Amino acid sequence: MTTLAAAASTTSTGEAVQFWVLGTVAVIGALSTILMKKAVHSALSLAGTMIILAVFYLANGAYFLGVVQIVVYTGAIMMLFLFVVMLVGVTAADSLKDTIKGQRWLAAGCGLGFGILLIAGIGNASLKTSQGLGTANAGGNVEGLAELIFTKYVFAFEITGALLITAAVGAMVLTHRERIERPATQRQLAERRVRAGRQLPPLPAPGVYARHNAVNIPGLLPDGTPSEHTVNATLRGRGQIKDVSREALAELAALEQRSEEWLERDGDAEGGPSKERTPPARNGSAAGNVGGTRAEEEVT
Amino acid sequence: MNPVNYLYLAALLFTIGATGVLLRRNAIVVFMCIELMLNACNLAFVTFSRMHGNLDGQIMAFFTMVVAAAEVVIGLAIIVSIFRSRHSASVDDASLMKL
Amino acid sequence: MENLIGWLVAAPLLGAAVLLCGGKRLDRLGHWLGTLLAAASFVIGAVLFLDMLGEDEHHRAMHQHLFSWIPVGGFQADVAFQLDQLSMTFVLLITGVGTLIHIYSIGYMEHDERRRRFFGYLNLFLAAMLLLVIADNYLLLYVGWEGVGLASYLLIGFWQHKPSAATAAKKAFLVNRVGDVGLSIAIMLMFTTFGTFTFGPVLEATGETSEGKLTAIGLMLLLAACGKSAQVPLQSWLGDAMEGPTPVSALIHAATMVTAGVYLITRSGAIFNAAPDAQTAVVTVGAVTLIFGAIIGCAKDDIKKALAGSTMSQIGYMILAAGLGPIGYVFAIMHLVTHGFFKAGLFLGAGSVMHGMNDEVDMRKYGGLRKYMPITFITFGLGYLAIIGFPGLSGFFSKDKIIEAAFAKGGTEGWILGLTTLLGAAITAYYMTRVMLLTFFGEERWRNAATRSPNAPSAEPAAETRGEHAEPHPHESPKSMTIPMIVLAFGSVFAGGLFSVGDRFVHWLEPVTGHDHGDSPLSATTVTLSTVAVLIVGVSLAWAQYGRKPVPVVAPRGSLLTRAARRDLLQDDFNHVVLVRGGEHLTRSLVYVDHKLVDGVVNGTAASVGGLSGRLRRLQNGYARSYAVSMFGGTAVLIAATLLMRAV
Repeated sequence: MTTLAAAASTTSTGEAVQFWVLGTVAVIGALSTILMKKAVHSALSLAGTMIILAVFYLANGAYFLGVVQIVVYTGAIMMLFLFVVMLVGVTAADSLKDTIKGQRWLAAGCGLGFGILLIAGIGNASLKTSQGLGTANAGGNVEGLAELIFTKYVFAFEITGALLITAAVGAMVLTHRERIERPATQRQLAERRVRAGRQLPPLPAPGVYARHNAVNIPGLLPDGTPSEHTVNATLRGRGQIKDVSREALAELAALEQRSEEWLERDGDAEGGPSKERTPPARNGSAAGNVGGTRAEEEVT
Repeated sequence: MNPVNYLYLAALLFTIGATGVLLRRNAIVVFMCIELMLNACNLAFVTFSRMHGNLDGQIMAFFTMVVAAAEVVIGLAIIVSIFRSRHSASVDDASLMKL
Repeated sequence: MENLIGWLVAAPLLGAAVLLCGGKRLDRLGHWLGTLLAAASFVIGAVLFLDMLGEDEHHRAMHQHLFSWIPVGGFQADVAFQLDQLSMTFVLLITGVGTLIHIYSIGYMEHDERRRRFFGYLNLFLAAMLLLVIADNYLLLYVGWEGVGLASYLLIGFWQHKPSAATAAKKAFLVNRVGDVGLSIAIMLMFTTFGTFTFGPVLEATGETSEGKLTAIGLMLLLAACGKSAQVPLQSWLGDAMEGPTPVSALIHAATMVTAGVYLITRSGAIFNAAPDAQTAVVTVGAVTLIFGAIIGCAKDDIKKALAGSTMSQIGYMILAAGLGPIGYVFAIMHLVTHGFFKAGLFLGAGSVMHGMNDEVDMRKYGGLRKYMPITFITFGLGYLAIIGFPGLSGFFSKDKIIEAAFAKGGTEGWILGLTTLLGAAITAYYMTRVMLLTFFGEERWRNAATRSPNAPSAEPAAETRGEHAEPHPHESPKSMTIPMIVLAFGSVFAGGLFSVGDRFVHWLEPVTGHDHGDSPLSATTVTLSTVAVLIVGVSLAWAQYGRKPVPVVAPRGSLLTRAARRDLLQDDFNHVVLVRGGEHLTRSLVYVDHKLVDGVVNGTAASVGGLSGRLRRLQNGYARSYAVSMFGGTAVLIAATLLMRAV
């Protein structure tokens, strides 16, 4: 594929097939980048598009850039994006509803017109011949690029170096917050909590009173209702809590039903209440185990 | 197939990116769309490099990548600091450019 | 040697900068520094003078090109100096008298808190005046001209807490501006006519230019001269300028600044020679002012204002002489120099008298002071004899020459001018004798004078600060004040003789100004005799009125002319009626037009723009995305346009 790509003005059938398949995927990726509601999904779609572009670079004889595209763009920049998405919070699914009147139609119209014009422009241009990179890449693509960077473009290269350093310093300056007050000690925090009358002891862990130990399942209060405190605030905010209280109660009821049946089969109806206390306790732990396995399944 | 098709693809991706910038309100997604536009340009550069038979286009793409990296660093830092102070990453919330 | 010329200006300019920017630290030394730099300037001038004497009389002019100031295409303005015999005369007069007055001021301003500033202003004045006289082109001269005006404004209004002083300063400045406009127009005319304003090329090119243009330039120069030299019709500021400290009156409003107009006309002699109409105007202005000033001088009871009237009149003599052309230039300058000596001396004497009399300026409250201030009396007396033209003293020589030159003009004009100058000489003798008699002779009217009129306005505020209206104790002034007076008295006595013996001054200036003996209908002896005769008439008239009878402390009502003269011959009333009232009416009608027409158009435009922008404002909704859409749409339109042009 690569030798052919570097060679002629028209490409091989293999490359054509590759282009049409991957090109379609790239466009779909780009479209889902701008249409997905959640930023994470957008980022992943974009990463896919970029990987396809890397393949196209390779197909076009830009071996160095293809690798750089994967390593730097997809590997570093997109991960940085994901990192920031996580930092800022993946909570808000961006509603696509307009806040500015007519913005969407204007944007779509402009985009359509622009795209048509651009494509018309390219169609108009006389780009029929393609020389290929055979001679240019003869001494190796990386060597060729290096020769250009360190001779013809050496000043631009040096200046980009300065730009990168400036960017690094700038990012640090922008995000760095000077701590201007002493951080509160543990004692002060405790006092503040007492004064505010909030939850005094440490927060309960999820699953303590419940039959599950997955992080997204709130623990149950003694009356069987779920406790908000036991679940991470982020999960709460995203609405990803799985309320199992009803389920647990239903299971309990079913268990009692079964034990009832079992006791009835024993034929001792009056001793039921006195005996009832032990079977639920015994069977309760069994139900807990069942819940635990189910939670494990969900996590994995 | 003629390599010109790569250019059409680049134009399409660029347009999609530009439309995305106009449509989306989440600053991070807007940023991603800008990256998409830059990538589309890079694809055009690489294709031109192939059509002209020299490596200058690739050099341009290389520099674009470097500048894009610097831009991402700063842009994300700005988004983070805006988010810190305004608790929102929506570009419409920062509409202070009016009376 | 020529490199020294710049230092003439630089020394006092440096002094002004140091003194005005130096702050209070220099309060103790400031006056010495100022005096020293003025003296340095004088020494430089003297060195240059000696150097000049060594040269052949036609090669005495020195040039120094300092730097190119405004080089714009064909417009070349240089900072360059030209020191010829005419400039040299002025340099020596300015620096000499200036230095003496600096010394005098050390004593006179001793109790003033702002003495350092005063010396800074004096130095600034010296620098500007020297720049004026040594500039080699009209534009640089204009810089000095304005600088002199500024320094004069600052010094007249030096006691700015007095409303009268502040008003006088403003008046002087404004009236001077009128003249300055004349000078700037003259310079512009010169540039359009000659393509340059350097003295040499302009004055050489007068022969090839039309007389009409030269007349216009000459009249504009005359307007400038009228403003700076207090000639009719721009004379009104000089009397009020006496609100300034007395050394200022002596230096600026008697000896130097007011002579700038004479310098300008003499320097531009070639233009006036080629424009007889302009010359006639100059002569007329000079003659009118001569009589005008003299009449004012007769009526004033304020000693400084009487001297101011006299200054006006004497400068009228000079302007008249300068208007006579080559017959008179030399004598105008000669009278200027001798006048510089004796008028400065007289003013310093007046200052000394005021200093000893609790700053009282009303001559009717003086009298018999010769016993108490002998040095002041003698020096003032010598100045007095010089100004009235007592035979043998300097004023006699110079004034006599001007009268001779006036007759030498020839024809009816010569007779009119000659008789006018003779009449002026008589009036001069009259009013100066009056001043002399009122001040130094007669009974001592200052005894009990204070009790009789406790609210008498006193010109100098020091009296108010001292809070004294009690009986004054006349006393002689300190040495720093008397020594300059003595030196100036020497000048008043001997300068004229020194200049006249063997026509030295004429030979000295002739290469620059040219000289022509003219064609006098009267012999020199006749003129001299008639001068002496009118002198005697004037003196005896004054003696009859003020010497024989006691002088009333409160001025009598007097005749119509006297009353008019006391009001400066109604000059301010004239200005008020013609300029102030007229101006008010003009501005009122302009305001009406402005409100109705201009404001209507402007407000209408503003209202429509406001309405339009109110609608346009809605585009600015503050959303970055909206702006991005417009940018994107714009880009699309640009691409479309490009493609379309390609297709076409």
